[in-house]
Amino acid sequence: MTDTARTGERPAADLPEDVLLRVNHLVKEFPISRGVFLKRQVGAVQAVSDISFQIKKGETLGLVGESGCGKSTTARCLLRLLEPTSGQVYFRAEIAGGDGDGRTEVIDIASADRSRLRVLRNNMQIVFQDPYASLNPRMTVASIIAEPLTVHGIGSSSERLQKVKDLLKVVGLSPEHTNRYPHEFSGGQRQRIGIARALALNPSFIVLDEPVSALDVSIQAQVLNLLDDLQDELGLTYLFIAHDLSVVRHISDRVAVMYLGRMVEMADRATLYDRPMHPYTHALLSAVPIPDPTVEASRKRIILQGDIPSPANPPSGCRFHTRCPKAQEGTCDVIDPELTELEPGHWVACHFPEVVKVV
Amino acid sequence: MADHLLEVDDLRTYFSTEEGVVRAVDGVSFTLDPHERRGVVGESGSGKSVTAMSIMGLIEPPAGNIVTGEIRYRGRNLLALSEDEMQQIRGGQIAMIFQDPMTSLNPVYTIGDQLVETIMLHQHVRKGEAREIAAQSLADVQIPKAGQRLDDFPHQFSGGMRQRVMIAMGLSCNPDLLIADEPTTALDVTTQAQIMDLMLKLADDRGTAVMLITHDLGVVAGFCDTIQVMYAGSIVERGNANDLFHDPQHPYTWGLLGSMTRLDETDKHRLNSVRGAPPSLIDLPRGCRFSPRCDFATDLCRQQLPLLRPIPGTVQEAACHYSEELDLKSIAVGAAG
Repeated sequence: MTDTARTGERPAADLPEDVLLRVNHLVKEFPISRGVFLKRQVGAVQAVSDISFQIKKGETLGLVGESGCGKSTTARCLLRLLEPTSGQVYFRAEIAGGDGDGRTEVIDIASADRSRLRVLRNNMQIVFQDPYASLNPRMTVASIIAEPLTVHGIGSSSERLQKVKDLLKVVGLSPEHTNRYPHEFSGGQRQRIGIARALALNPSFIVLDEPVSALDVSIQAQVLNLLDDLQDELGLTYLFIAHDLSVVRHISDRVAVMYLGRMVEMADRATLYDRPMHPYTHALLSAVPIPDPTVEASRKRIILQGDIPSPANPPSGCRFHTRCPKAQEGTCDVIDPELTELEPGHWVACHFPEVVKVV
Repeated sequence: MADHLLEVDDLRTYFSTEEGVVRAVDGVSFTLDPHERRGVVGESGSGKSVTAMSIMGLIEPPAGNIVTGEIRYRGRNLLALSEDEMQQIRGGQIAMIFQDPMTSLNPVYTIGDQLVETIMLHQHVRKGEAREIAAQSLADVQIPKAGQRLDDFPHQFSGGMRQRVMIAMGLSCNPDLLIADEPTTALDVTTQAQIMDLMLKLADDRGTAVMLITHDLGVVAGFCDTIQVMYAGSIVERGNANDLFHDPQHPYTWGLLGSMTRLDETDKHRLNSVRGAPPSLIDLPRGCRFSPRCDFATDLCRQQLPLLRPIPGTVQEAACHYSEELDLKSIAVGAAG
């Protein structure tokens, strides 16, 4: 029963019209090597183990989890910035040049060749966390934002400059700033430049990898508002990766929670925050402070014991059982629970799921 | 007056750079009582860390200088002490924890060595005794097998465990005041909950006053009795935590609260972001430093620097000309944006 209910068992041809991206049993392993001269592989870290989900057109999926849970690795596999070890990533790409006629084609990113990847890169872009490291300090703002256009050979140089000016306006910067360098901008402005660069090719899908984590609160709010506006105006689809669960609640339509390379829970945002069922989600939500002393005084924290285990040597059975307050010997330490749809749209990987109100 | 643990009076700490003089802390005055838990909130460059470094005597000339001001700890002016005297205060009576536990621990010495060094510097005990105290303080911060772990090096600890070691080191000499500068910013949220829970317990048990410096209003809400909000080198609002969150008197505090995404937010609303960016500390705006970003600023604001003053009808102090006229709590979030 659960087998047929699993997300993404269906082949690519089945990808419904309203689905933009489907990830199917994605696995990413990194080798562990020993030795200086004669390097030999002694093991592997499974950073992402068997993850399946899909994202609908115009939707924002929030991907949350703590350091080392595999959320950024997942994102990089989706864009083929990392080679997935196994699994498929089906993406509904707009055929280049076919602007407006809306012809689409479903491509498996995980196995696509170079020329197909080029088509895909028109469609999907990424914004990185650190606006200081992700912009080349020796390039002007104009050449940074125009680079994707140049690489793809789009437009003449004057057309590209016009496009850059338009993009600067779209992200709330002055079009006069084209000849400035990144160091002349504040963190929030740099992140706007990164967003403008991502928008240059008119993508339909943008991966936002912790885009506001490095920013101060007031600036963070500006960038979140900008992302909201852009989604409304341009019909963008987002994968929003963050460790901050309150930011994710604000921006996402659906939310997926990862722990040690596994997806443990996925639901629409109201369900996930109001009726979470996985004990890790409970702990994660209860750990986030709410900026209100009255509310804080009445909350009970679920304090987890110990640290996150090493992904090189994950616990047997359910990966969370070593820290789980509800773990049962003989079950949780032996059988790895499968991600199962317990209510319509509410997926949980736990042997003892239970709704707990934590927020 | 004598009851205050710490009194800071018109502190001004400037740094000279090639571009000009950075006025990192520019006229900060406050008092802190024994057992009090004070939150110091503000964004990057607001002067919160430099205030802490000034108190700890960690501002190094010629680059940094405390230009004017007094810092009195139990009535003694710390700025007039010799380096030897200051060393007795630092770590012994006022301890500090930093954001990044990896860079604040020496990687080539064991945790035990580093703890023993601190303890022997401030308490007149033999090495063996110091080691016992060290083991006990590791146990106090809930590090399993504390006695054995004394011989481990910092890299053998996880980020959360390292921050526990820092707290153990800070509290090993039973200081009266602990300054924690963004102690959980580098940690994951479940680890942050562990550490804040631990700090709350330890501060309660020992009656240690805590000055918690953070940009995270959520962390402050669960931990602090009183809060001071800093902006561009000065305090713009001060009050007890509840009042400040529910009835902010300064437009910056109000904007900051409106900028926060909340875990318990139900409707998808637009955030009330504060427009623009903080000013350069080399070239501060005339008048109120927040006026270029303030929705309510008038010519008066752009001419005259408002001083921190008690606001009638509230128990807060705010540095705004219009705190009485503005009923910020009734202005809907996002309405003025």
